[in-house]
Amino acid sequence: MKAIFGYLIFPGFLFSACVGLLAGWLDRKVTARIQWRVGPPWYQNFVDIVKLLGKETIVPEAGRATFLLSPYLGLLSLVLVSAIVGRALLAPSESFAGDIIVVVYLLVMPAIALLIGASSSRNPLASVGASREMKLLLGYELPFIIAILTVIIKAGVTVHLGEIVDHQRNFGSLIFSPSGAIAFVVALLCTQAKLGLVPFDMSEAEQEIMAGVLIEYSGLPLAIFKLNKAVLLYVMPVFLISLFLGKDTGPLFVALKFVAILVAVVLIRNTNPRLRIDQALRFFWGPVTVLALLGLLLALRGF
Amino acid sequence: MNLKLKALTRSIWVFHVSAGSCNNCDIEILDLLTPRFDVERFGIQLIGSIRHADALLITGAMNKKSVPRMKKIYAQAPKPCVVVAVGQCALSRHMFRHSYNVEEPLDSILPVDVYIPGCPPKPEAIIDGIVKLVAKLRKNA
Repeated sequence: MKAIFGYLIFPGFLFSACVGLLAGWLDRKVTARIQWRVGPPWYQNFVDIVKLLGKETIVPEAGRATFLLSPYLGLLSLVLVSAIVGRALLAPSESFAGDIIVVVYLLVMPAIALLIGASSSRNPLASVGASREMKLLLGYELPFIIAILTVIIKAGVTVHLGEIVDHQRNFGSLIFSPSGAIAFVVALLCTQAKLGLVPFDMSEAEQEIMAGVLIEYSGLPLAIFKLNKAVLLYVMPVFLISLFLGKDTGPLFVALKFVAILVAVVLIRNTNPRLRIDQALRFFWGPVTVLALLGLLLALRGF
Repeated sequence: MNLKLKALTRSIWVFHVSAGSCNNCDIEILDLLTPRFDVERFGIQLIGSIRHADALLITGAMNKKSVPRMKKIYAQAPKPCVVVAVGQCALSRHMFRHSYNVEEPLDSILPVDVYIPGCPPKPEAIIDGIVKLVAKLRKNA
């Protein structure tokens, strides 16, 4: 019963979706302010979702089942992540061993869901988007895992998200150590790519391949993909908080840290042009991986 | 009032089709996204894929090449989808009325919901057209 509540309501689906949609509004509002505009009202993203529910759903002839089911694959795994990470922050002793590995695996699922959906629509632009998404996934996953490995070593070699949070409660946030700071920068860049925001939004590049992976989606499946994005926008900063900023986990502190990370992401988004996919791949496998390895070495030396 | 329709009027995603216009109307449409007018305040966004569209914004005179494509694009849009004709060319073919290449006006091809006259229409006129469109949609519900 408690698990079902945790999965469906708090900190699972309902909570993460609402906070994620609000975070999406914050993204749009800050973007608008940076561009000297007014921006949409706070309920805009909720309205968008409700509207999409009322639209016609057009399904391409190709892979009907995979086309319609793939959005749910992404959403279900993301909700599971939000439940696990939320529980680790709320009650560190209740999390299970190896949950950080589960989280890393489940965080790949939305990208895979996009790949499946885009490929089954049989649209050439969607397939271009899917191939870019796949290459980007290969690019950012390596430094992301090395950054998480740094955290695992710093927290006393544990694959227990709860123990990592506990360690930070006792000995201070990991971001304030040299290796932790480096790993945080790497993880923030990977977050940007995971969220598919500029400069790493080449899989959805509106100006060149229209909406890329989402091009054939309409109505309900598109709404679910938008929800995917929203929940990811909630889950990634919270995951970063539990990894790097786990010192104070009162609601107010978590909210402040969440907004700070979100605004950092939005600022990166608004001050950079879109990279080409080869540039992004070179960026992630070159400087970012080197930086992540440096952080890992520092962590092994005990800094 | 119907909740979904209310949501639709507060979040109109616009797909912009240029059916061979001279680009002036298109520039005026881009003006709507700039700080001075900022239609994102009302949830209006330009989107890239026709499958996401709630409104088709059509500029330019319908020439022989663009008519079949226009029909195809309208068929691809998920319903409910409104059609907005922007500029004199889309309304009445304007100076191309007697051209061999432009045989029929837009509203004999697609069901047009809002006409926005002007050559090109001012951004204020386009916003006024959108306001009238929203009022019309709400009255129909």
